[in-house]
Amino acid sequence: MAKHPTDKEFEAPSRVDAESYPDSASVAPPAEAPSANRVSRRAFLSHLGAAGLTAAAPPVLAATPAPAAPAPSTTADALGEGTVSINLKVNGQSHALRLDPRTTLLDCLRENLALPGTKKGCDHGQCGACTVHVNGRRVNSCLSFAVMHPNDEITTIEGIGQPDHLHPMQAAFIEHDGYQCGYCTSGQIMSAIAVLRENVGPTDADVKQAMYGNICRCGAYSNIVAAVQQVRQSS
Amino acid sequence: MDSFIFTQPTTIGQAIESAAKSPTAQQGARVRFVAGGTTLIDLMKLNVERPQEIVDINALPLNRIEPSSTGGLAIGALARNSDVARHPTVLRDYPVLSQALLSGASPQLRNMATTAGNLLQRTRCVYFRDTAHACNKREPGSGCSAIDGHNRMLAILGTSKDCIATNPSDQNVALTALEATIQIQSSKGKRSVPIHDFYLEPGSTPNRENLLEPGDLITSVTLPPPVAGAHSTYLKLRDRAAYEFALASAAIVMKVSGGKIQHIRVALGGVGTKPWRSFEAEQALVGRAPDRAVFVKAAEAALSDARPASENAFKVELCRRSIVRALTMSTMSA
Repeated sequence: MAKHPTDKEFEAPSRVDAESYPDSASVAPPAEAPSANRVSRRAFLSHLGAAGLTAAAPPVLAATPAPAAPAPSTTADALGEGTVSINLKVNGQSHALRLDPRTTLLDCLRENLALPGTKKGCDHGQCGACTVHVNGRRVNSCLSFAVMHPNDEITTIEGIGQPDHLHPMQAAFIEHDGYQCGYCTSGQIMSAIAVLRENVGPTDADVKQAMYGNICRCGAYSNIVAAVQQVRQSS
Repeated sequence: MDSFIFTQPTTIGQAIESAAKSPTAQQGARVRFVAGGTTLIDLMKLNVERPQEIVDINALPLNRIEPSSTGGLAIGALARNSDVARHPTVLRDYPVLSQALLSGASPQLRNMATTAGNLLQRTRCVYFRDTAHACNKREPGSGCSAIDGHNRMLAILGTSKDCIATNPSDQNVALTALEATIQIQSSKGKRSVPIHDFYLEPGSTPNRENLLEPGDLITSVTLPPPVAGAHSTYLKLRDRAAYEFALASAAIVMKVSGGKIQHIRVALGGVGTKPWRSFEAEQALVGRAPDRAVFVKAAEAALSDARPASENAFKVELCRRSIVRALTMSTMSA
């Protein structure tokens, strides 16, 4: 059965999963370097960026461990002036942060909290890739400052389900091939789950109307609608 | 984005005191309220808005939707667009407002955007939104890039030689047809401004869009008691069927009695430099039979003063037809 943050049995992870996010700013580097085979794609690409594309040997061949995490943004000394303290509740877990107030909720989730499942598509509220739930309601996280949410319950795609216990909507998207490149997908799924709780008519046209705030450049729309309808009709 | 001081007042008094420090409440304000953030943060990312202080008013007790003391409806400044659109009283007594709200933005944006924030929504003119181009609204006297540039989406009513930017809101057009009143609080006390008087045409000062002064906080929008027996329609015409601003829109509130139009309000969107109340159309309709010939004459009157720019002459005929169609739809919903 898929576990959901509102399930009584749900146990929020006690810390961010370091293996999935080895170079995140808010996670301490692992005690021992991972083997050469375990460099993440994220680490590989960030190494290429740092070394320049003319670097002699790609990092994976040199058996380079994951890059050391940059100074965590929670260090008050480096960022004391002009920052704001805030406690953010994300996926059932509280995080004490000290943020530049310009940090959008989207950037905070992705960069400060190592939750990159929410994507930045347009950064201007015009595509829906950044859709998350705030107090159960779907919003565009790119057009809100993180510091505006001290008492809010924020849910991201990471909090909806995990590979070993998928939310029914995630399973339906897989079953109906509701994505191609996957970049709009977390926003689509967050919107679709909100649609389950909203008053939306029964037809495909009603679902399209309810989901028009999420655009898909790959054009997976018909499969997305099929996935959403399957979950609606089975619950 | 420039950095800013960030405060979260818990009382209206604190919020007003912070905002009063700004030299203006119009373009160039140094202190801004943030509610939903969907306009302000969008424009801050473009450096069109550069406040030095942001006052987060979301903790203020201004989000209720409740009967007003005069038998109408009081909509709190912080009521979210999605909540207003589905409120039972709005659906029953002011359906044009619900239709207008649901035609705009996206479900996510409607969950964030507030009533007062929507009143203060800014133009989508591409030159206003791009600091690389001259814009009299951002910097009076610097020139209008739109008049000799791309102006297909811009205004044909209420324009000046200095600015042709449209007000893009759907909500405000419906509120204009409903004759809403805007409740404002400042350190000097409370005052009420009819929505028709709230907005300013650009003239030679396109940087000034409304009557707000520093330290003014909109607290609610009140609607008068509904007109018994009236029918209303919001018709929005645009390039796509969803997630797009209006090329032309019409909000109609009409009551027919004894075969004659007894009460009529016509407001236009997508074509004016402010939400456009068409007294010309109303005068051509009131007391007459609700038939097509009358509607066509009223639409002609509504657009008789239209001054199109180089790329938006099509809006004149489009807007006339939207008025005729919306009036027709209002009789059919009777």
